[in-house]
Amino acid sequence: MSTTNRPAIVAEGLVKKYGSTTALDGVDLTVPTGTVLGVLGPNGAGKTTAVRILGTLLTPDGGHAEVGGYDVVREAGRVREIIGLTGQYASVDEDMSGRRNLVMIGRLIGLSRQQARSRADELLERFELTGAGDRVAKTYSGGMRRRLDLAASLVGNPSILYLDEPTTGLDPHARNGVWDTVRNLVLDGTTVLLTTQYLEEADALADSIMVFDQGKVVASGRPAELKAQAGKQSLDVRPAEPGHLERVAAIVAESVGTRPTVDVVNALVSVPVSDGTSMPVVVRRLDEAGIAVTELSLRLPSLDEVFLALTGHVAEQESTAVLEGAGR
Amino acid sequence: MSTAALSPTGPAAQHAVRRNHPFAWVQQSLTLAWRNIVRIRQNPEALADVTFQPIIFLVLFLFVFGGAVSGGGGWRDYLPYLLPGVLVQSVVFSTLGTGVALNDDFAKGVFDRFRSLPIARVSPLIGAVLGDAIRYLTSIVILMVTGFALGFRFENGVGYGLLALLLVLAFALSLCWVWVWLGLKLKTAQGVQGVAFLVMFPLTFGSPIFVQASTLPGFLQTWSKINPISYLVDAMRGLMIGGDLQKPLLVTLAWMAGLIAVFAPLAIRAYRRRT
Ligand SMILES: Nc1ncnc2c1ncn2[C@@H]1O[C@H](COP(=O)(O)OP(=O)(O)OP(=O)(O)O)[C@@H](O)[C@H]1O
Ligand SMILES: [Mg+2]
Repeated sequence: MSTTNRPAIVAEGLVKKYGSTTALDGVDLTVPTGTVLGVLGPNGAGKTTAVRILGTLLTPDGGHAEVGGYDVVREAGRVREIIGLTGQYASVDEDMSGRRNLVMIGRLIGLSRQQARSRADELLERFELTGAGDRVAKTYSGGMRRRLDLAASLVGNPSILYLDEPTTGLDPHARNGVWDTVRNLVLDGTTVLLTTQYLEEADALADSIMVFDQGKVVASGRPAELKAQAGKQSLDVRPAEPGHLERVAAIVAESVGTRPTVDVVNALVSVPVSDGTSMPVVVRRLDEAGIAVTELSLRLPSLDEVFLALTGHVAEQESTAVLEGAGR
Repeated sequence: MSTAALSPTGPAAQHAVRRNHPFAWVQQSLTLAWRNIVRIRQNPEALADVTFQPIIFLVLFLFVFGGAVSGGGGWRDYLPYLLPGVLVQSVVFSTLGTGVALNDDFAKGVFDRFRSLPIARVSPLIGAVLGDAIRYLTSIVILMVTGFALGFRFENGVGYGLLALLLVLAFALSLCWVWVWLGLKLKTAQGVQGVAFLVMFPLTFGSPIFVQASTLPGFLQTWSKINPISYLVDAMRGLMIGGDLQKPLLVTLAWMAGLIAVFAPLAIRAYRRRT
């Protein structure tokens, strides 16, 4: 890293209230130029609110933020020249074709007709939409619409890109496509802030991760640090024969040194582990005992588990729990 | 991490061309007006309110009330009087659509995209208004063609006649800022429609669009003297078939200037604040 060490995004004490709801309650964040920040959080944590403030769509009620060195409120016009924003919900014009959507944006930001057309073609190609380019966006599937939306935010070659849950609702192939795109953009020097509900996604793409909960940052760090804080990975073993559950549990307990939980309904034995070293041992012992398994996996902690570890409560389920309690 | 290796195709000033041009907003507005026209071509049925509806109105009033209103002269006598009125009524009603469509665009998130682009604040609004001018023009052309087919003639000369059409179009382009503002202020498209109709009915029916103001009940007569639509209708008649012109024309122009001066800034402010 050389030249300017000024971070691409700096926010201090961002507050946003909607009536009595506090969507953001004093959020600080810094994203160094050319890196990816993953913002993780359950529904209602304030991820979208933060993205919209940094994208100049909302003004904060407190605190301030600079993007590319420009204040998001006072110099919003400048900020818009360097950012690209893909919101949580597609913001394409459904009554126009994908190609026309992209050409329109190119024209709006000052490209010539020729430039706007070739940029549109290039982006359609990149997001595998060439075949559907001339169809009205209304007829696109959800995933196609998201990809078009992503393409739309790249027309102006932004140096800072916000992606609000970019892969929610995408199939694995399209999701990998988005991940590749993000990686390539980062290679080209783009700074990316992405929100997600999946720890796996943040882990795959982000240089650092922030966890939001109820408008506050409850944890932040590099993915590895966070996972360490969040504690254990989990080793799951599913015997082919449900009758073998007990024996598998015994073998796992012996190899790992911890008593596993046995989920009889799903015929699954899981045990928390700190790393993958016990996996080969389990495999060997199962083999020796002649027990066939249909699943053997080392799983990252789920968002729920991370949440439980970091915040001491389960993400989002509180209201449901209250309702259930009241029902009794 | 990799350093920022800027490839030639990477994010760079590959094209910051006309973005900062002082008249960039003109091009942006035209681009957004083009968007509206593309959308109309895509959904021609959305033009129903400026095609069939005005014709139905004209024909309905002509033949159902023609006899009664014109005092025995029949519908032929009523047509020259009615057509300028229906022109005003149709065009004024079609301005409603501008507010409803804007509200809808906001609800669908299209404006989030525009608002995150480095474009002038007024562009999306002017673009919406200009794009809708096509709709207003459609309803004017349709009504005139129907009118001519039924025997209408510009009794005051073609020049004044065309001026009248220009006047009603210009009035629509001024009035629509009210709906642009409401479209941005109110939460739902239904809300916009509700408020708009509430405002529209007294404006159009409390005016000499269909009958001479002197035949209206007392309170409506008083109202029609304040009502800007009355002056517009009188000015239109003055231009299209002859009659009093100067005062109604001046009052109408003053109203147009006032509507723009008040509601265009309000609309731009609402656009800026809308979240
Ligand atoms: N326009 C609004 N009016 C009122 N409350 C709002 C509005 N937008 C967001 N909120 C509230 O602010 C809080 C944060 O919302 P936000 O959309 O930022 O969450 P999020 O982390 O993006 O959630 P999700 O994962 O569901 O997208 C929520 O409690 C939400 O109900
Ligand atoms: Mg969100």
